[in-house]
Parts: sequence; C-alpha cells; structure tokens
Amino acid sequence: MLHPCSWGPGMKIELHDIKKHFGPVRANDGISLYVDSGTIHGLLGENGAGKTTLMKILAGYQPYDAGGILLNGRLMRFSSPAEAIQAGIGMLHQDPMDFPPLSVLDNFLLGRSKGLAQGRREGEKELGELCQRFGFALDPDVLANSLTVGERQQLELVRLLSLGVQVVILDEPTTGISAPQKKLLFDTLHKLAQEGLSVIFVSHKLDEVESLCSRVTVLRRGKVAGEAVAPLSSDHLVQMMFNQRLSPSTRADVSLGEVVLELQDAAVRTYRLSVEHMSLQVRSGEMIGLAGLEGSGQRLLMQACTGLERLAAGRLSIAGRDMTHEPYARFLEAGVAFVPAARLEEGLVSGLTLCEHAALMARTGDFFVHWKDAEAQAQKMIGDFNIIGRAETMVQELSGGNQQRAILALPHDDLRLLILEHPTRGLDLESTRWIWGKLLQRREQGTAILFTSTDLEELVEYSDRIVVFSGGVMSAPVDAGKITVEELGSMIGGRQQ
Amino acid sequence: MSARQPRLSRATLALLPVLLALIFTTLVLLVAGANPFEAYGNILAGAFESPRKLADVAVAAVPLLLCSAGGLITYAAGLWNIGIEGQMIAGALATTWLINALPLPSYGLLPLSVLAGLVGGALWGLLAGVLRTFGHVNEIFAGLGLNFVAAALTNYLIFGPWKPPDGATMSGTDPFPQAAWMPTLPNVRMSLITFVLALIAIGTVYVLLRGTHWGLRLKAIGLNAQAARRLGADTTSNMLLAFAVCGALAGLAGSLQATAVYRRLIPQISGGYGYLSLLVVLLSGSRAEWVPLVVFFFSVIQVGSPRLELRLQLDSSLGGVLQASVALFFLLIRGVRERLERKRE
Repeated sequence: MLHPCSWGPGMKIELHDIKKHFGPVRANDGISLYVDSGTIHGLLGENGAGKTTLMKILAGYQPYDAGGILLNGRLMRFSSPAEAIQAGIGMLHQDPMDFPPLSVLDNFLLGRSKGLAQGRREGEKELGELCQRFGFALDPDVLANSLTVGERQQLELVRLLSLGVQVVILDEPTTGISAPQKKLLFDTLHKLAQEGLSVIFVSHKLDEVESLCSRVTVLRRGKVAGEAVAPLSSDHLVQMMFNQRLSPSTRADVSLGEVVLELQDAAVRTYRLSVEHMSLQVRSGEMIGLAGLEGSGQRLLMQACTGLERLAAGRLSIAGRDMTHEPYARFLEAGVAFVPAARLEEGLVSGLTLCEHAALMARTGDFFVHWKDAEAQAQKMIGDFNIIGRAETMVQELSGGNQQRAILALPHDDLRLLILEHPTRGLDLESTRWIWGKLLQRREQGTAILFTSTDLEELVEYSDRIVVFSGGVMSAPVDAGKITVEELGSMIGGRQQ
Repeated sequence: MSARQPRLSRATLALLPVLLALIFTTLVLLVAGANPFEAYGNILAGAFESPRKLADVAVAAVPLLLCSAGGLITYAAGLWNIGIEGQMIAGALATTWLINALPLPSYGLLPLSVLAGLVGGALWGLLAGVLRTFGHVNEIFAGLGLNFVAAALTNYLIFGPWKPPDGATMSGTDPFPQAAWMPTLPNVRMSLITFVLALIAIGTVYVLLRGTHWGLRLKAIGLNAQAARRLGADTTSNMLLAFAVCGALAGLAGSLQATAVYRRLIPQISGGYGYLSLLVVLLSGSRAEWVPLVVFFFSVIQVGSPRLELRLQLDSSLGGVLQASVALFFLLIRGVRERLERKRE
C-alpha cells in the first residue's frame, strides 16, 4: 500500500432532510443520507429520481432550499464546487468537465491555488505517481480532447485526489467507458475505500451497484425509497426503484424487405483511426447491432453511412443508389438519419425550443417558416414520445431522458435507415424499454436500424445481426439469435488481445 | 409577480448601462476640467437645434442602420464580422467604378449604383467568408485584414487611376457627375431615398431572422454548428450566404455615403460606421427591433459631439467615449445579470 496516510482520517457525511425544488418540481423532497468513511455507498434510482441533484448539492454545484449537510458532525454550506473540494468533497460528472484544448498536465494542475511556475514539474511527478498507483496510462503532454471518456474520467479522478478530497462522488461513471476501463475504475474505487475514503457511486445499473457497493440508498421521485446492505438482491432493488416488477419485452418478427444499405469493401481513414474492408448489407426492417469497445471504429462506420465522413475506398449505396461521393444533405434526402450520443453537443441545439427544432427539420422548401405547422409538429413529438416539456421549452431545459426522447422524435417517420449511437445510454430501465418500443415500431414500419451499445444484453436482445468492432477491424455479421452474451463478450475481448 | 420580474430586469438591463456610461463620461469630463452639463447640453443642441441638424442625425443613421442590419445576420450565425468596415468601402469602390465607367442619365445610373454597392460589398464579404470556411482563418482576422486592404486600395485608387486631373489630394476624387447624386431634401443633406432604403433593410432583416427558414438555420448554426449541421442546416453555404448578405448591406451603406453624402470617393469613406455598428448590434442584444432606437441614440451623439470642439474646445472623440462606454457597461451588466441568474438556480 502506498502513502496510506496521505489523505488523513476518513470523513463521515450526513445529509439531513435535504429539500430542493426547481419551479414546481420537487427534485429532492426531504432526503436524508448517511455515508460512512471507507465505504462505497451506492445511490440508485431511475432518471429524474433526484440522484444528480442531491450529489450536486453535496458537491457545492447547487444550493439547497432546506436541510443540512454535516461533515464529521460539522454543519457545512458550500457556495461553490471549489469550497466543497477544499472541504474534501469532489465530484466526477457524467460528462467529465475538463478543458479539451488544454494538455492533460494543464488540466491536472487546474484548480490549484499555488503558484504557476514551480508547480509544473512537481505536478507532472505527482500525476505520474498517481497514475502508476492506479494503473492509469495518461500521457501528460497530449491534449485532453484526444482522450476517451474513460481516460478523461481517470484524469479528473487523479486531479481531485491530488487536491486532497476525501469523498469522491461518481455520477453514472460507467456510461461510455470500455469494459477494461470499467474494471480499472472499480479496482481503483475499492482501493480508495480501503484507504479510508468515502465513495458515493450514483447509478441506475443494478449489476454495477450490486457488485461494487456495500450499502445502497434507493431514491424514487425525490424521496428515499429504501436502503439495503450487501449482499444485495436485485429483485429487492428493482422493487424499491420502480415500486413494481418489470416483465421482459417481446419482439415481433418482421419480414425483411429490399436492401437499404450496402457497403462494399469500404474504408474510412481519419487521423486517429482507420477502418478498412467494411462490407455489409442491411435490409429494410433489419436491426443491426454494432458491438465493440468505445473508439474501435463503430462511429466511423455510422458517420460513413450518413455521409458525415467520406469513404477513402470502396462503395456505399442507399436503396440501390450509389452514394459514395454524395454529401450529407443527399443522405438526409434519401431518408437516412443519424442520432448521436452527445445530446447537447451534436444532437440538439441549446438555445432553440422544441418548436424551433421541429421547424428546422421541416423539409418544406418554403422560404417562410410556418410556425403553426412547426408548433403542431412539436406537439405531436411531445405526445408521441411522452416528452415532459412544452413546444416553447428550450431543449437544454429538458431532463436528459427527455432530451433523448426529443432527439429520437425529430427524424421523420418515413426513414429508410436510422443510425443510433448509444440510444439508451444514461437512461433508466423504464425509459430504455420505452425507447426500444418506439424503435421496434419504426422497424415494423420498414426502417432499417443500425445501433451501437455497450450493453451486451441489449445488443443480443434487440439485434437481428451483430457486427463486432475491435481496434479498427470489423467482423463479419453474426446472427444474434445464435450468440450468447458471454460469447459476444469474448468476441469483443478476445480480439482485443 | 414572478412573471413581471424578467421584464423589470430587462428594462434595468437597457437603462442601467446608459446611466453608468453617463456617470463615467461625466467623470472623464470633470477630469478634463469641463462642465459636464454644458457638454451634454451642447451635444443635444448640436443634434436638435435646427431642422438641418436633425436631418444630419438621419444622415448619420442611414449607414449605421444598414451596417447594423448586416451585422445582425452574421452575428446570428455566430460570426464576429469585424469586416463590415471593409465591406462598406468595397461597396463605395464598386459604385465609384460604375459611375466612372457608365455615363448614364440619373434614372439609370442611380439604381445601378445601388446595385454596384450591393454586389461590391457582397463580394468583399464573401471573401472573408471563403477565408473562414475554406481557409480556416478566423473571421475576426480575415475581416480586419480585409479592412486594411480595402482602405489601402481606396488610397491607391484616389492617388492613382482615379486621381483628379489637377492632382490628387486627401479630399478624394473629383465630385461625381450630377446624374450620380442621390437627390436630397431641399437645404439639408438628408436623402429620403437612402433613409427609406435603410428602414427597409432593417425591416427585412427583422423578418428574415424571425420568420424564415434561413434565419432559423443561421440561429441554429450560431448556437451549435455541429448539431445544426446534423439537423440538416448546411453550415458552409449558410455561413457564406450570411457573409454575402451582410456585405451587401454594408456595401450599400458605403455606396450611399459616396452618392448621397460626399458625392465623391474619399479616403475614409466608411467613417468608422462599420465598427460602430458592431456596438449597435451588441447593445441591441442582437434584436432587430431594438436597432433603430440604438442607432438613433448613437447618431445623436455622432452629430452632436463635434460641437464640443467648437464651443468647449473639447475633443469631439468624447462622443465616441460615450458610445463605447454604453456598450461596455451593457456587456458588463449583462454578464453580471447572467452570473446572478446562474447563482439563483
């Protein structure tokens, strides 16, 4: 064990009857929570249950309306994240909050109050030590925007540790990171807990909470629904989360139609990754799952199939028409839609309303916007996709789950090919099932669907065929009915080594 | 109660900067040893004392309205179009070239001169757009560079190919033939045609940005180009078009300065209106409906402040201090308000 005393004694956290409302919504409605030092405490609940709000309050990002925070028995109130970090509480967000254009080392050094010049070399040394200690491989000189989500998370974690935090909050840390990165993260969290730090693990994924946490608090609609101590039973947790049991979904058999997408020995080459020899035939009504670790080439395939990335070799046709050299606009006209995972970066335009999004998507060719039609279209989206919001709501004001519904609602009904990047990432079980219901409906209407997922069960359950990507190599399609989760896992992992 | 609060703070947002700028300028005046009330009185008198002066306010408002209308468009697309000044000059150059080249009667020459201004400005704007979209040159640097090029080109033409027969001077080319003069109202410098053109321009931009698919696309691109592109708004072509339309409006401003105000090409034909229009766009919160009011305010200062020099021996650039400090305080107050709102959340 290295530096056992570097963080001093552990910290006990008590949240007492925390209340926080946003307009009429009671995000936290009297939540009390006790986290002992040296433990990994799970905070479980579906989207909108109030987990993130509660943790943002604890980490100083948001003030609370009523209640109190006690650290080692002392009442605290933070007016900024910096104050919380000084008191020993650091939070890792769902989207790591780093500065992409700065180097890893610069990001690491951010937030220190010490001088500039003398800190650099020491900082580099400290970064190296921390990385070595947890088995992270972070190059201090590369730019943060070249890191994967998992690596950015590692960077943020060692940064917080170097600032001396004793409580680490992780908000949905496993979305978007690869399986080995996840294992490394979990090992790190165990190590931290052994050394007396408190870890709060926010998630809606039962299996992760079960395998990691010694104690779990379940939130439902802004209140504590119950607590459980290891060994945890998933039935019990599900019951607390939803107040009900979920039945497995059924999938109608769809007869496949004409060939919608055809790739012939296609290659995409970018600065960071190249994928060669991609051949694939997708027929109308077919559902193709793209499996693989993050950054193995799936995104390049998806971007190539929408015309957002040009082919360096090979041919691509949509519904029998050669589209190899066509721009993105032609793909849109041909009925291809791409739904990216980054909702507010690529998916939606912050600052525009749902109604304005509907108008933006309208392919009327008219000069003037027909606001009445756009409004009606927005209302239809809201109704069809159960979006909690109004036509004049700015998209950034929607919750994450509702943003995802809005993104999925935007493409037109008569699509030939729908390409989805992590369509259910970060969503709770209920929303996930609901969104799959919508996608299966589109499929029955004849839309071919390509999707990526890090959830192997989801891939096996919903795909007709699965293509596995590994380090820029695309496998031949596998029949999803003839493969188990374990086999798929070993295919992804096996090719990796 | 809660519904009224934002409106109150919007009024505060508009008025507080003016107040702070007045206080600031008053301090500057006191430091300069002048009587502030006398100075402000002179500015107002300089703008309003006679119909002639009032007409001058309208004359100053025309280029400012046109440039601001153009600026609104590029600003909506998220572009900092510093090059409006150069686009104005390009419009004036194209107009001068046309007038030199075509000896037509005025009913033919005037519409063509307007067209030349539009085209010249649009091309100059497109140049900045091409540098930005294809050359990956930030539009601020592209615009600034092109402003210098346009100004140098003007000087070259005035002292070279277009120099008057009896020798070139800084006062510009020889006056245009009378056929190229925009008609003005009797005894004043104001031209009803140019004033109406400017009002039409700002009205059109208002409609473009609020009610058309193009305006919506520009807004989406300005807010998030990547997402806008995915949703089907082609960033390259829309940005180029924004540059061209903005350039056309600025070029029209330059063209009208040449045909309606100076009646010749002069070295400083743009007169700083391009830069000033950036302040107008900022101060109006990039909302077209507020632009006329801000333009009026700026034009009054523009026309009234030269009197400071005549009456109080103060430098007339004090008017510029007032204009710029209003804009700065506006940005400051807006920043503070956003900060407070974020805290409240």
